[in-house]
Amino acid sequence: MDSEFVQTLWLTFKLAASTTVILLLVGLPFARWLAYTRIRVKPLIEALVSMPMVLPPSVIGYYILVIYSPRSWFGEWLGQVFDVRLAFTFEGVLIASVIFSLPFMIQPLHNGLRALPDSLREASYTLGKSKWTTFFRVLLPNIKPSVITAVALTFAHSIGEFGIVLMVGGNMPGETRVASIAIYDEVQALNFKAANSYALILFLISLVLLTTIYSVNRKYDSWKMM
Amino acid sequence: MENDVIDIRVRKRMLTAHGPMDLAVETTIEMGKLVALFGDSGAGKTTLLRILAGLTDPDEGQIHFGDTVWFDSEKKINVPPQQRNISLMFQDYALFPNMTIEENIAFAQPRPNSNEVEELLRLFGLTELQKRKPSGLSGGQRQRVALARALARKPQILLLDEPLSSLNAEMRLMLQDEIEKVHRQWGITTVLVTHDLNEVFRLASQVIHLENGSIKRTGTPESVFSDTSISGKVQITGQIARIDRQDVINIVTVIVGGTQIIKVIAFDSDLENLKIGDHVTVFSKAFNPIVYKLK
Repeated sequence: MDSEFVQTLWLTFKLAASTTVILLLVGLPFARWLAYTRIRVKPLIEALVSMPMVLPPSVIGYYILVIYSPRSWFGEWLGQVFDVRLAFTFEGVLIASVIFSLPFMIQPLHNGLRALPDSLREASYTLGKSKWTTFFRVLLPNIKPSVITAVALTFAHSIGEFGIVLMVGGNMPGETRVASIAIYDEVQALNFKAANSYALILFLISLVLLTTIYSVNRKYDSWKMM
Repeated sequence: MENDVIDIRVRKRMLTAHGPMDLAVETTIEMGKLVALFGDSGAGKTTLLRILAGLTDPDEGQIHFGDTVWFDSEKKINVPPQQRNISLMFQDYALFPNMTIEENIAFAQPRPNSNEVEELLRLFGLTELQKRKPSGLSGGQRQRVALARALARKPQILLLDEPLSSLNAEMRLMLQDEIEKVHRQWGITTVLVTHDLNEVFRLASQVIHLENGSIKRTGTPESVFSDTSISGKVQITGQIARIDRQDVINIVTVIVGGTQIIKVIAFDSDLENLKIGDHVTVFSKAFNPIVYKLK
């Protein structure tokens, strides 16, 4: 049971960390684009990004499962070309988790960028700096609290993810069995002691992460007022 | 000859508080001059400046910088701000809060050169402050950093968007000196947006007077704002602050340079088309003015 406990926690951490890293790499350019784009369908794109916040995980989980299925063209193509099967695998859960945590990464970054005065970006352009130099040297350093919030929220949300993992990954030890699922499983088996350990750890990690976010934001608020 | 003017012929529909308005401008700016874009707020001054900088796209027209085409709506040419070799000093200065004063200036350089940064810091009296962040500076200090940063880019044109509007009168005079000095020493073509007539007379050799999106007059400040038929011996330009009626006459208070107050007696007939806020010339013909050197 001990090694299983460690394995489950390790898997939970691995899933959350991978999700956060992937989302940070995807989220930074995407949030930059979204913050300054003038295309007409922007509200639709914003809505799509935010969908995971309002839809039950079972809905998105269901669609993801359908797409992963060898009977869909995408699932079939994956199986034939790459010999990859995504349903009930770690990779499959990871992709689902990235999609499901997207708003937690994009929204803080997007809001942070929108809150900066346009003149900062324009000043950098008139000083001859490219879009990406401007982004990494002027914009990003000035939205540090937003970046920290985005990373911490994404990580905390991925660690606590339950529904989407259950739908897409099931409960396979060492592959898709993360802490939140293990709790459910142990309670079903009336094994309250193990459930309690998992629950306490998740509770503490989330508490520490959220406290970090709020203290960082408070520090920056008081700094701004000076 | 073509090489030393900026030729602007643009049209842009703007959405203002009073509904849509067309900015339609045709003018040339001579290289090396200090040109004031003068007009009331909403006249299109800042928009025209942004169009020059490449931050706002006109609906149609052309901008030629010497032989280089910066914008041509027909040929679909629009050179991005990065490649126009301009510096724009924003009204809020747009200093980068994450960088120190020194880093702000170094960031603007086309090629890193710490000697030039030091030189600029010294020139603008910022050496002591170089390790500070912009949030710890006063308005006047920020303005000097913004000016130093704009020059660090080595621009061919310096664009200044109401650079002095948020400063008090004393500071304003000091920084007008600074701008004049920079223009004289570096010889950079400078376009200054202002709604302050004093600034126009103090700094500009050419003024473009914008009103409701089009050019009302253009020329030297004297030719644009003074009636040439006046042969007055003393001419002072200012703004009417108050009109007080006293029996059969009126006392008109004119503020000059934001600090000096002149009281002028006027009859009702003199005041027919004058109101508070009007820019006026106060002149005297009958008496010979006395010039007195200040210590």
